[in-house]
Amino acid sequence: MEAFLHQILSGLATGGIYAAIALSLVMIYQATHHINFAQGEMAMFSTYLAWMMIDAGLPYWVAFAGTVALSFVLGVLIERIVIRPVEHAPVLSVVIVFIALLVILNSLAGWIFSYTIKTFPSPFTWEGSQNGYLSPHELGTIGVTLLVLAALFLFFRFTSLGLAMRAAAQNPVSSRLAGIRVGWMLALGWGLAAAIGAIAGMMIAPVVYLDPNMMAGVMLYAFAAALLGGIDNPLGAVVGGFVVGVVENLAGAYVVGTELKLTVALALIIGVLVFRPTGLFGRRYVTRV
Amino acid sequence: MRMAGVIVTIAVLVALPFFISDYRTFQFTQAIVYAIVLLGLNLLTGYNGQISLGHGAFYAVGAYTAAILMEHFGVPYWATVPAAGLVCFGFGFLFGLPALRLHGHYLALATFALAVATPQVLKVKHLEAWTGGVQGIVIIKPDPPFGLPLSQDRWLYFFTLAVAMLLFLAAWNLVRGRAGRAMVALRDHPIAAEAMGVNGAMVKSTVFGISALYTGIGGALGAIAVQFVAPDSFGTFLSISFVVGIVVGGLATLSGAIWGALFIQFVPNVADQISKAAPWAIYGAVLLVFIYVAPGGVAYLLSRVWGKLRG
Repeated sequence: MEAFLHQILSGLATGGIYAAIALSLVMIYQATHHINFAQGEMAMFSTYLAWMMIDAGLPYWVAFAGTVALSFVLGVLIERIVIRPVEHAPVLSVVIVFIALLVILNSLAGWIFSYTIKTFPSPFTWEGSQNGYLSPHELGTIGVTLLVLAALFLFFRFTSLGLAMRAAAQNPVSSRLAGIRVGWMLALGWGLAAAIGAIAGMMIAPVVYLDPNMMAGVMLYAFAAALLGGIDNPLGAVVGGFVVGVVENLAGAYVVGTELKLTVALALIIGVLVFRPTGLFGRRYVTRV
Repeated sequence: MRMAGVIVTIAVLVALPFFISDYRTFQFTQAIVYAIVLLGLNLLTGYNGQISLGHGAFYAVGAYTAAILMEHFGVPYWATVPAAGLVCFGFGFLFGLPALRLHGHYLALATFALAVATPQVLKVKHLEAWTGGVQGIVIIKPDPPFGLPLSQDRWLYFFTLAVAMLLFLAAWNLVRGRAGRAMVALRDHPIAAEAMGVNGAMVKSTVFGISALYTGIGGALGAIAVQFVAPDSFGTFLSISFVVGIVVGGLATLSGAIWGALFIQFVPNVADQISKAAPWAIYGAVLLVFIYVAPGGVAYLLSRVWGKLRG
């Protein structure tokens, strides 16, 4: 029982990271109806930026804030430069551009920072919080995820910029008529997604260690989480993230063993897509002929 | 005129191995293998509009089918090729069934997950007796039959080339007929196509199966040429390089498979000398350039040039 509880709790902790990345996927999906395959690699690259700053001697939280800000800018730039030209292109072109982005970021990271595995510090190391079930880092991860979700909720619910972004995503034409600069709203969405991804990357790096391919598995779970929660629903993505984290951990511990964990994600993704394509909280769309 | 082009291409391909070393011949064998895979992927993605980022998985299934049949059942190498094709057709058809309900991004996502999960599945302990686990399986290179005075590499080249020509002919027949029109119609306007009486579900899952069949045959031939299969050669990046191949070669063109295959076979070799990461950076950049500047790929560019030359 003790072990079972421990599995669930540490599942929640990794779930927090999946939730954060799923959240950034949802950000982009809501704005543009694209699934960003490069999200994981963007997060990985941001984490390297953080590592670089910490390595240069900056205190953790300064590096943290710097990375989030820098990632935001990079996200905006990527949208403006790389994604904008294919905004109205067929899905295939868009997917290929995402794939190109994925490979470029991956190989750039390998090129600049080398493929050797690096350790990444965790900010949550205080004594006394050790309660036997969760390590301080796991606890911190869950906390950070919930904080990010709360901040996003407040931003979209109570600020006029948040309202404008929601409007631009829902009805671009009317929003443009109402004076909202839709293009910039999309770019902001990308920036936010990149910033959230950066946070997720810095949270997962102490666990999986830092290397250019660290996100491959994480990304798959985040996809599963986003789909499970409904790809257009931020709250759903977070719930999905935690559920996927727990399911992954339990399946790994009791059903299939650690070596087939990725297959669990594959089964989840296909299962959700086939049996409930809208996810748990998603909206259903109908196409007109 | 097109006929002449085809004949010249075949003549060049047949003569080629007599002018280059065994190692180069092996590289070109690999390129032909990729051409077969790209042909299959292009039927699915280019002609039928179903995006697959997971064809490395079918390639792996084909390679492993060939390797296991040879290693554990003593099947001759040439017989493993159709077997691998059939097995992959089954896998592809079955994967295509649920994939029917997925469009665009979602299908890309599901197949991407397939690609990421493949190496792990191949390493599973329960299958280790068959797959050789992390170690993989070593295959012996076949000798030329009937005492032909060819080196092993050259024989394998001709064997692969013959299979490839058959498959190109089959694909050509497929896309210019009724089935091909149904595939394209489903890509361009699924609802209208169904209203015209095209059985969408059947066509799409069959195309998925055929595409996997091509890829599986490619996988089997590739395994025989490389003489080795192991889980980590079939990762996400293999699947991605197939996508790179069809984009570079030209979506929804048959000749594009050749250009794409030459590209993914030889460009990384050249770029590798700069840095380990460089081939992928180049892949990414080339992908972007093609999508922005020449969405039709090399095949389209060549036909433009040819059109200009003729005035």
